[in-house]
Amino acid sequence: MLRLDRATYDGIVAHAKRDHPVEACGVVAGPAGSDRAERLVEMVNAAGSPTFYEFDTTDLFQLYKQMDADDEEPVVVYHSHTATEAYPSRTDIGLAMEPNAHYVLVSTREHGNNDGPVEFRSYRIVDGEVTEEQVELVDGSSTTRSTA
Amino acid sequence: MAIEVRIPTILRTYTDGEKSVTGEGATLSALIDDLESSHSGIKDRLLDGGDLRRFVNVYVNDEDVRFLGGLETELKDGDQVVVLPAVAGG
Repeated sequence: MLRLDRATYDGIVAHAKRDHPVEACGVVAGPAGSDRAERLVEMVNAAGSPTFYEFDTTDLFQLYKQMDADDEEPVVVYHSHTATEAYPSRTDIGLAMEPNAHYVLVSTREHGNNDGPVEFRSYRIVDGEVTEEQVELVDGSSTTRSTA
Repeated sequence: MAIEVRIPTILRTYTDGEKSVTGEGATLSALIDDLESSHSGIKDRLLDGGDLRRFVNVYVNDEDVRFLGGLETELKDGDQVVVLPAVAGG
């Protein structure tokens, strides 16, 4: 299961809508080994394409250098599909190289740049095998209270 | 001559889980051969038909080797090499 706070969820959706019809992409970093998605990092889609995304290689290096320095890892890797469902494509599966990450897919095919619901789904992709998982949205303040 | 090589999560199965290993070589190509001798199988994950795989990035001292000399990029003692798989899809 992927647990995500509302602000991060909204940030990913807003990014996907803003970049439509180009695929949007990014990560949510968190402390290594914690499985806590805490820091949303929007990345530029260097491919600038409605059917492909790729982090710019220099940006990728800077991102991993920063995460390494802060003892973080990419807890979520997200991207949007702009004309198809929020399910990993064959290319997504072949290129999934973070076995510990939650792969989030957002589909903007329905409403594009406009307001309206999106498909927002999460998967594990390990050795070419896709497993869908639940997404649980938490309100930042209420989770803090629940631990008291 | 020792060169530190940072290994991404997905390739740590070849390095007994180590995040970082050391190797040697006067060029990136020679370094990869040296890594293969102690971490069998890793070369095939980095190269395809004698070239760097399209979705594998290698950086020498913070610079993408595609903007340097590719596999012929010269290395010297103390250089840091980082391997990162592309984050990409369709």
